[in-house]
Amino acid sequence: MNKSLKTVKPYTKQSLITYVMLIAVFVVTLILRGSGNMSYMMQDLLVPLCVYAILAVSLNLTVGILGELSLGQAGFMCIGAYSGALFSNLMEEAIPEAAIRYPIALVFGGVLAAIFGILIGIPVLRLKGDYLAIVTLAFGEIIKNICASVYLGRDAEGFHVSIKSVSDMNMASDGEMLINGALGINGTPKDSSYEIAFIILLLTVVIAYNFVNSRTGRAVMSIRDNRIAAESIGINITKYKLITFGLTAFLAGVAGVIYSHNFSTLQAVKFDYNMSILVLVFVVLGGIGSIRGSVIAAVVLTLIPELLRETIGNYRMLFYAIILIGMMLITSNKNIKDKLSGIFKKNKKGEVQ
Amino acid sequence: MGLLSNLINGISLGSIYAVIALGYTMVYGIAKMLNFAHGDVIMIGAYVVYLTSVRAGLHPLIAVVVSMLACTILGITIEKIAYKPLRQSTSLAVLITAIGVSYFLQNMALAIFGANPINFTSVVSVPAIKLFDGQIVISGEASTAIVVSLIIVIALSIFIKKTKSGKAMLAVSEDKGAAQLMGINVNQTISLTFAIGSALAAVAGALYCSAYPILSNTTGAMPGIKAFTAAVFGGIGSIPGAMIGGILIGVIEILGKAYISTQLADAIVFGVLIVILMVKPTGILGKKTSEKV
Amino acid sequence: MKNLKKVLAVLVALTLVVTCFAACGGNEGKKDDTSATIKIGVSGPLTGGAAQYGNAVVNAAKLAVDEINAAGGVNGVKLELVTADDEADSGDKAVSAYNSLKDQGMQIFLGTVTSGSCLAVIDKTAADQMFQLTPSASADAVIANDNTFQICFTDSNQGVGSAQYIANNKLAEKVAVIYDSSDAYSTGIYNQFKAEAAKQGVTLVAEQSFQKDNKDFSAQINACKAAGAELVFLPIYYTEASLILQQAAAIDYAPKFFGCDGLDGLLAIEGFDTKLAEGVMLLTPFAADAEDEATQNFVKAYKAAYNNETPNQFAADAYDGIYIIAKLIEQEGITADMSAADICAKLKVAICADGFSYMGITGAGSALTWDKSGAVSKAPMAVVIKDGAYAAL
Repeated sequence: MNKSLKTVKPYTKQSLITYVMLIAVFVVTLILRGSGNMSYMMQDLLVPLCVYAILAVSLNLTVGILGELSLGQAGFMCIGAYSGALFSNLMEEAIPEAAIRYPIALVFGGVLAAIFGILIGIPVLRLKGDYLAIVTLAFGEIIKNICASVYLGRDAEGFHVSIKSVSDMNMASDGEMLINGALGINGTPKDSSYEIAFIILLLTVVIAYNFVNSRTGRAVMSIRDNRIAAESIGINITKYKLITFGLTAFLAGVAGVIYSHNFSTLQAVKFDYNMSILVLVFVVLGGIGSIRGSVIAAVVLTLIPELLRETIGNYRMLFYAIILIGMMLITSNKNIKDKLSGIFKKNKKGEVQ
Repeated sequence: MGLLSNLINGISLGSIYAVIALGYTMVYGIAKMLNFAHGDVIMIGAYVVYLTSVRAGLHPLIAVVVSMLACTILGITIEKIAYKPLRQSTSLAVLITAIGVSYFLQNMALAIFGANPINFTSVVSVPAIKLFDGQIVISGEASTAIVVSLIIVIALSIFIKKTKSGKAMLAVSEDKGAAQLMGINVNQTISLTFAIGSALAAVAGALYCSAYPILSNTTGAMPGIKAFTAAVFGGIGSIPGAMIGGILIGVIEILGKAYISTQLADAIVFGVLIVILMVKPTGILGKKTSEKV
Repeated sequence: MKNLKKVLAVLVALTLVVTCFAACGGNEGKKDDTSATIKIGVSGPLTGGAAQYGNAVVNAAKLAVDEINAAGGVNGVKLELVTADDEADSGDKAVSAYNSLKDQGMQIFLGTVTSGSCLAVIDKTAADQMFQLTPSASADAVIANDNTFQICFTDSNQGVGSAQYIANNKLAEKVAVIYDSSDAYSTGIYNQFKAEAAKQGVTLVAEQSFQKDNKDFSAQINACKAAGAELVFLPIYYTEASLILQQAAAIDYAPKFFGCDGLDGLLAIEGFDTKLAEGVMLLTPFAADAEDEATQNFVKAYKAAYNNETPNQFAADAYDGIYIIAKLIEQEGITADMSAADICAKLKVAICADGFSYMGITGAGSALTWDKSGAVSKAPMAVVIKDGAYAAL
C-alpha cells in the first residue's frame, strides 16, 4: 500500500488514535470515580490494570517487534518490585518526600531489571524459538525462587543477610526485617496512584511507538522478518536484540515498582510462570505487534474474571478459559477470521497499530 | 549409600518425567506446538484411574486401561476442537489456545471433583526391593516407573521405525507438505500422535500419583512444567532425548536437594538447563537445523 | 475503507472498555442498602491450589449462618453471608476479593483464610475501619492494626509452643524440620521454632525445606534419617505431610512426627491410610472427634451438609468465627442499617473488653478471649493420633 504518499505517516495516526483512546478512558474513569459511580473493586483495579497494560506493551516489544518468545516477564517484574520496594523502605527516612523518592524508586527498579535483562540476554538470545522460551521461563523461576528464600535485615551494625532462616542472620533483636523470606516485603509506602500509573502507561506507549518507528526499531523488525538478510546488510543482531530485551525488562521492572508500591505486602510467589503466561496471553490476543491491542487485551482480560466474580463466582475461570479458546479460534482461524475481521487484528505487515 | 539411594529416587522420578516428556516431544515433533495442556491431561488420567479403581472397584490395571482410553478420547477431542482449526496459524496462537485448554481442564476438574485433594491409591502391587540389609529400599512404585518408562521408550522407538503409521509420523515431522504429497494423511497422523501422547499421559498420571499419592486439580501443573523442561533438555522432538532429559532432570532435582540446597532445588534444575542449552542450544539430542534464507 | 474499519474497531473497543467500567459502577447503591440483614463477608481461596482451605471456611461459615438464621437470627436480625474468591493471592486478586465483598454490602469481615492475602488487605480494612476477624491467617503481622483479630494461633505462638512442648516432655534430643520455604505460614512457624529450640536446648540436626507443588520428599527424608533425627517437626499443611509420612514409611524410617494445626485434616483425606499417621503428634485447637457436645454437633451437621466430609480446623475456626461475631452483634445491639465503620468502632472495643469470652469448639475446653493486640488466648492442645483418631496427650 502506498501509505508513504499520504501526508500523515500511518504510525503517527495509529499512535494518535491510541493516545486519544487512552486519555479518553482515563478521563472517563476519573469522572466516574470522582462522581462516586465506581464500585470499590474497580477503584482498586485501576492501578493493576495499568500495571498489566505496561507489562503487555513491554512484552510486545520482544514478542511482536523482535519476534522472540519470552516467558520471563514475571522475573523482571519481580526484580523491579523487590528492588523498588527495598529502595523505598530504606530511603523512607532519608527521603521523606514521596514525590522525590517514588520516581527514583521507579527508575532504580527499572534500571536494575534492565541490567538483569541484558545480563541474561547476552547468553540466551542466541537461542531460538521455544528454546528461548524455556530458558527465559527458567530464569524467571530462578529469580522468584531466590527472592522467596532471602532474609535481609538491618540493625545498628548494618545489614544481615541469609538464605536459610531468620536466626541465621545473627541480627540484633531490635533489628528491622527488610525481606522476610517467603513472607516477602511488608510496609512499602503506598506511593502508587492511578494518576501516576496512568502517566507511566502513557509514557510506555509513547516509548513503544517511538521505538518501533525509530531506526533501531526498524533494524529490530528486519531481524524478525529475516535475520540472515538483516545480518548481511550489516545490522548488529546481538546489539539490537539486547536493546529490545533490555527495554522490555526495564518497562517490566517499572511495572513491578508500581505494583509493589500499590499493596502493603509483596511476596515472590506472585511472580511465577503463570504471571508470565498471563502477560503473553494479553500480547497474543491483543495482536502480536499491536501496541494498542496489548493495552486493550490487558484491560479486557483482567476485567473479565473480576466482573464475573459476583455472577458466576467460582466458575469464572472456566468461563475465562472458554472465552480464551474461543477468541483464539476466532482471531487466528482464517475461515472464521475472514468473516469477522474485528478489533483484535493480527498484523502481518509489521505495521504498528 | 545415601548417594545410591538418592540416585535411585532421582531415576525413578525422572522416569515419570520421561513418560510425560514423551507426550510433549511427540506432539512438538509432529505438530510443532507446545501442548501446555499436557500436564492437565495427566491429572484427568489420574482421576479416571482413581474413579475406576477405588470408587468403582475394578482391578487397577483395568483402571489404567480405561484411563488410557478416556485420555485418548480427550486428547483427540482437544486436538479436533482447539488445535486443528489453528493448523495454519502461528505457533504462538496455538500456544495460547493450549494455555486456555489447560485452564479449562483444571477448572473443570475443580468443578467436578471438588477442591479437597484425594489420596490416590497406588496401582502398583510390586513389592519393594531391599538392598544391603535394608539400607537401600527401592519401592515398588519406583521400580515399576523405571521399567514401564523403558518399555514405553523402546516400544515407541520400534513403532516409529517399523510401522507404517510410525513412518508417516516421521515423514510429517520432517516435512508436512511433502508428506501430504506422498499420500500421507497428515490430519490423521497428527490425531494419532495426540492419541498416543494422551494415552501415555494416562500412564504417567497413574505412575506419578502412585509414587506421589496426592491428587487435586492442580496436580498436573508442576510435573507438566518439569517434563516440558525435560523435553527441551533432551532436545525437543527426540524420543530418546525425552528419556535422557527426563532422567537427568529427576536426578539433578533429587541430588540438588540432597547435596546443595532444598530451598533452591528448582533453581538448580533450571540453572543446569540453562547451562546445557548454552553449550548445546538445541538440547542434548536435538537436531541442528540449518536456516534457509 | 480500511481506515474506516479501524476507526470502527477502536470505537468498539472503547465502548467495550467504558461499558466495563460503567457496568461496575452500578453497585454503588447497594452498600447503603438498608435491607434487614447484617452482611458478613468471607474471603478465601475458592479456586486454585489452596481451594480446599477456602472452601472449608466458606462451608462452615454458611453452616453457622444458616443455624443462626434458623433459630431466628441475632436480636431478630438475620445474618447474610457474602463470599469472594481471593485465590490465596497476595496482591490485586486479594484486594479485588475484599472490594467485591464491600460492593456487595459487607459490614463485618470474616477473613481472609491465608496469611498472604490477609497482609494484602489489612491496610485497606484499617482505612475502612472494617471489623476483621480472620479464621486462619496466622502470620504475626496480620493483627498489626487495631481492627483485626485472629481466631487461630499466631505463628510465633505455635512455633514457640511446639519447641517448648518438645523440650518439656523430652520427646527427642535430635530434631529435624521439614518446612515449605515458599509458604508464609510454614516459614513463619519454622523461624520461631528454630529460635525457641535454641533457647530450650533442643538440637536441630537437619533443616530441610521444599517449595510449593513439590511432591518428592525423598531427599529431605533421607537427610533427616542420615542425621539421626528422632523427631521430625512438620510445620506444614496436611497434604504435604501425608506425602512425607508415606515416603518415610516406604524407606522404613519411623521417627516421631510432630506438627502444628496445619496437620489437622490429615485423617480426613479421602483414601489416606490412617495407619501411616499412627503416633503423629500435633498441636491443634480442634479435634473432629472430640467428645464435647458442641464439637459433635458441628461435625454431624457439617458432614450432613457437605457430602460426609469431615471438617478440619479451618472449618472449625470459621464456624466459631461466625458465632463470635453473632455474640458480639447480640451484645452490642448491632443493627442491619449500621455502617461498617460504626460496627467496627463498637466491636473492636467489645471483643477485647474484660467481660467478653466465647466458648467455642476450637478452644480445647477453655473460653477464647482476646487482648488489644488482636491475638486470641488459646492454649495449644497437643494431641496424638491413635488408632486413626485424635487422643489427648
